[in-house]
Amino acid sequence: MLKTKLKQAMATCVALLAVLPSLALAQDEINGANTAWILTATALVLFMTVPGLSLFYAGLVRSKNVLSVLMQCFSIAAVISVIWLIYGYSIAFGPADGGWWGGLDKVFLSGVTVDSVWGDIPEPLFIAFQMTFAIITPALIVGAFAERMKFSSLVVFVVLWATLVYFPVCHWVWNSNGWLFQMGLIDFAGGTVVHVTAGLAAAVMAIMLGKRRGFLTAPLMPHNLTMTFTGAGMLWVGWYGFNAGSALGANGSASMALLATHMSASAGALTWMGIEWVRHGKPSGLGAVTGMVAGLATVTPAAGSVGPAGGMLLGIMGGALCFAATNFLKQRVKIDDSLDVFPVHGVGGILGTLMAAVLVSTDLGVFSGNGYAEGMTMASQFGVQVVGVLATGVYTAVVTIILMKLVGLLTAGNRVTPEQELTGLDITSHDERGYSL
Amino acid sequence: MKLIIAIVKPFKAEEVREALSELGVTGMTVTEVKGFGRQKGHTELYRGAEYVVDFLPKTKIEVAVTDELAEQALDAISKAAATGKIGDGKLFVLPLEQVVRIRTGETGESAV
Repeated sequence: MLKTKLKQAMATCVALLAVLPSLALAQDEINGANTAWILTATALVLFMTVPGLSLFYAGLVRSKNVLSVLMQCFSIAAVISVIWLIYGYSIAFGPADGGWWGGLDKVFLSGVTVDSVWGDIPEPLFIAFQMTFAIITPALIVGAFAERMKFSSLVVFVVLWATLVYFPVCHWVWNSNGWLFQMGLIDFAGGTVVHVTAGLAAAVMAIMLGKRRGFLTAPLMPHNLTMTFTGAGMLWVGWYGFNAGSALGANGSASMALLATHMSASAGALTWMGIEWVRHGKPSGLGAVTGMVAGLATVTPAAGSVGPAGGMLLGIMGGALCFAATNFLKQRVKIDDSLDVFPVHGVGGILGTLMAAVLVSTDLGVFSGNGYAEGMTMASQFGVQVVGVLATGVYTAVVTIILMKLVGLLTAGNRVTPEQELTGLDITSHDERGYSL
Repeated sequence: MKLIIAIVKPFKAEEVREALSELGVTGMTVTEVKGFGRQKGHTELYRGAEYVVDFLPKTKIEVAVTDELAEQALDAISKAAATGKIGDGKLFVLPLEQVVRIRTGETGESAV
């Protein structure tokens, strides 16, 4: 009797031992479906910068500067990719704890092999996916200094800015060791990491570089809104990868984020063009696409928390507030943020980050979201969101001011000469022209 | 011989060409141009930045005709280009000293 019991116990032990290794491995197993979706999303997010954002911006400048803007976005994609490999990924997602940065253990992606795993997708894929976010964030800022910044200053600035602003802030918010992550900040796809940082840097740079010659006195008109529409369309589609990809899986969260994102873009476009229609008698195409981008920027931090109707509300609020901010900054404050990066991305990102604390609630009827994390209430979540916005915003602004001063010294001035500005940056910075018709 | 320079609304250029062809005019030169007259410009609005655009797009048609045909040609252009609204354009008539057909070397009215 005792013998049989012992036998049974031993058999159980053996069976358990056989199972154990696979249990330990379960966490490191790659999920094919998730991997397939994030591969796709990575391509979509890179597509947002080259060519989406590049064309969106290129159409908005004058024809003599079209290449300079394309060149700036393209070069940023290249240079950020290389420093992401060398140390960017390590700073953002390295293993160091303490909350401020990831350390230098993963410099040159040290230790990353074809078998490395992050969650349940390959680590090389996670690295590539995050890299596309690191690329688009400084590329967004191009809009603020378009048509007047020196190319050399731009390259040096972007490298330093990514190093001291984007990589650390990315760690704070998206790495599980990051101090804002641990505080419980809701930032699904980059309201603070991408849009607050890019927006604040844009405002600071526009002020420090000064206005373009002829701002508000001469016509500085978009030279090709067809190109802008084309780029805007690519941004809208690419944003599916940006927001739904941020679920890091092929699941309900990704699907709901995609739907909420789409509704916010649509509502943002309708809101902006509606306001123009009422105020000026006609809805403009540029207004429609700008409202769409405002809606997308606003829903970005909240995409994983809100429902589709909540997304629509965010689009309406983003469209209206970003419209007001654009007009106020241009006409009242007279800041020449050439392509309105701060009033659209910065304001949208801040609004969405704050509103995420409200629209995540499950008590809002059809406008309900996915619910608070354990122990969070609307008030406590809102407090965390305010801290997140203030911390990332103030830090970005201060570091950007210092870097602009430093880069100005290193490159003998951040701005092209008045003659170069008048002739256009295509010829004076790159010795070529966009159009030979 | 006369050289007629006609500045007309762009969407009227095709009708002007047809009217001149009916008169037997066999050639002309057309250019897209910008300018302003009494019509003045208009305002354009881009994300809250309002710009006054002084120069409006027009089409410039240059056509050489014999003295005999000049009056009829002016009349045909005026009729074809008119909408009755401001901004219909203008006609300028210049005396033409010489015309040369490069291929044959013909000169004067036979070269027009």
